[in-house]
Amino acid sequence: MLVVPAVLGLAFLVLPLAGLLVRAPWSTLPQRLAEPQVLEALRLSLVTATIATAVCLLLGVPLAWLLARVEFPGRRLVRALVTVPLVLPPVVGGVALLLVLGRRGLIGQWLESTFGVTLPFTTAGVVVAEAFVAMPFLVISVEGALRGADRRFEEAAATLGASRMTVFRRVTLPMIMPGVVAGAVLCWARALGEFGATITFAGNFPGTTRTMPLAVYLALETEPEAAIVLSLVLLAVSVIILASLRDRWLS
Amino acid sequence: MKAHLVVTRPAFTLDIELDVAPGEVVALLGPNGAGKTTALRALAGLIPLTRGEIVLDGQAIHTRPAEQRPIGMVFQDYLLFPHLSALDNVAFGPRCRGVSKTEARRTAAALLEQVGLAGHASSRPRRLSGGQAQRVAVARALAVRPALLLLDEPLAALDAHTRLEVRSQLRRHLAGFEGATVLVTHDPLDAMVLADRLVVVENGSVVQQGVPAEVARRPRTDYVARLVGLNLYRGVADGHRVTVGDLLLSAADTMEGPVFVAFPPAAVALYRTRPDGSPRNVWQARIDGVERHGDNMRVHLTGPVTAFADITPAAVAELDLTPGQEIWASVKATETHAYPA
Repeated sequence: MLVVPAVLGLAFLVLPLAGLLVRAPWSTLPQRLAEPQVLEALRLSLVTATIATAVCLLLGVPLAWLLARVEFPGRRLVRALVTVPLVLPPVVGGVALLLVLGRRGLIGQWLESTFGVTLPFTTAGVVVAEAFVAMPFLVISVEGALRGADRRFEEAAATLGASRMTVFRRVTLPMIMPGVVAGAVLCWARALGEFGATITFAGNFPGTTRTMPLAVYLALETEPEAAIVLSLVLLAVSVIILASLRDRWLS
Repeated sequence: MKAHLVVTRPAFTLDIELDVAPGEVVALLGPNGAGKTTALRALAGLIPLTRGEIVLDGQAIHTRPAEQRPIGMVFQDYLLFPHLSALDNVAFGPRCRGVSKTEARRTAAALLEQVGLAGHASSRPRRLSGGQAQRVAVARALAVRPALLLLDEPLAALDAHTRLEVRSQLRRHLAGFEGATVLVTHDPLDAMVLADRLVVVENGSVVQQGVPAEVARRPRTDYVARLVGLNLYRGVADGHRVTVGDLLLSAADTMEGPVFVAFPPAAVALYRTRPDGSPRNVWQARIDGVERHGDNMRVHLTGPVTAFADITPAAVAELDLTPGQEIWASVKATETHAYPA
């Protein structure tokens, strides 16, 4: 009895992708792919998603460590807060980012007056929006890996004279590396596909903030075939990344 | 090393004093859950003391975190870092203590050679056999030149054959080690072979301590008696005569007042009818069970006292022993020893 809904579920997930492949303008694909706007959007997407992932790693791994390894009051609350961007509609995230980091925002005002830095509607703003939405994926994945890691190895390192930082760098991190990589892949994929927060916080300027998803949406209104091509590129990038990492890290 | 360790847990309190001289090997021996490992972890700084102190070479170290104590520890399942080679595992400690990479690796290579694993320096831990991993773990602990070496059940994870070999190697390394060594084990043989002194811990307290031969000859608790394979009773002595409950025993020693009496199972003889001669050291028992014990059979006896008797398989057949059967038991006075309780 479970087979029927299972097959339906599978069809529901696979058919749209198949549709994409069927409707793709294969004959004109090379020319369309070589168009400067496409390449520009693709480059911007890859660069911002990669930087956003780096930011998430830099901030998210220590945060995951804090949540997994340090007892402090309100830890459960902090963990709940970390996962909020996961369930928050991205557009709302974008609005929230504008309110805090926008020109008139709480921190944005200070950033501009002190450093002359403005984030909204810049490429840096794209990175901020993507990191905001994608970081929970990394934190949750790394925290899970930390909880699953045998802490006695850390104790063994301590008896050998390793400080907390050395233990983390030379024992904990290498042992949870698969979890970190898995988290980073999820994070990167999420950042690559980010739409709502990006368009709200960073806008839609070709070359600086128009990432692939934005380009897809825009093309759909004017030139549906271009949208299909762009979608295919996003799909291909995702599949290639997933496949290349799967054997080494994700199995 | 002088230590007074008090660790209080909701349902358990550990309170022991330990005094280990440099070069001495002390074994903490006790049943599971007695608090041996807790004591070792407290010495290492992996769990805090509720009360007490640890003084090593004149310095109080119990206030320091684990990484600042001059200790080396060998864990029960070794905990070799899986992502590092054997060499880098051994070099890890010196590296953490500020030694240069080249120097640390040189030290590590020399130690690996000492434990006979020079050829496995570049192997990852999962490529090593249990005995090899154990030796790497010992080398890793010794690489930091600790003043106090802690070993938690260092042979428990090995199979019987490897154990024999690794035990004698470990004994050699411990003999060459100048610092104090505390070894935790529940295996009396490991304790006897490796340690200069035994400290028996039960329910969080020290119940007996002494050199292995002394502990083996004069057990003071049922647990120790079982470990060393003696029948042990409390009694009251009056010269050679010792009264244990309703039973009157004749001992080889002259004692007065409360005593322990111990005799080996092999000193017990069994008869179908009451043996002639002295009424002492003879009692009627019931057979509770018979099991194999080395080359002999071990007979479990109940009656005025619970006792084990070791007799030959031929004797078992001849006596036609069956559980539940009534039988006469006697023990030689010359092998019955009494000592102050």
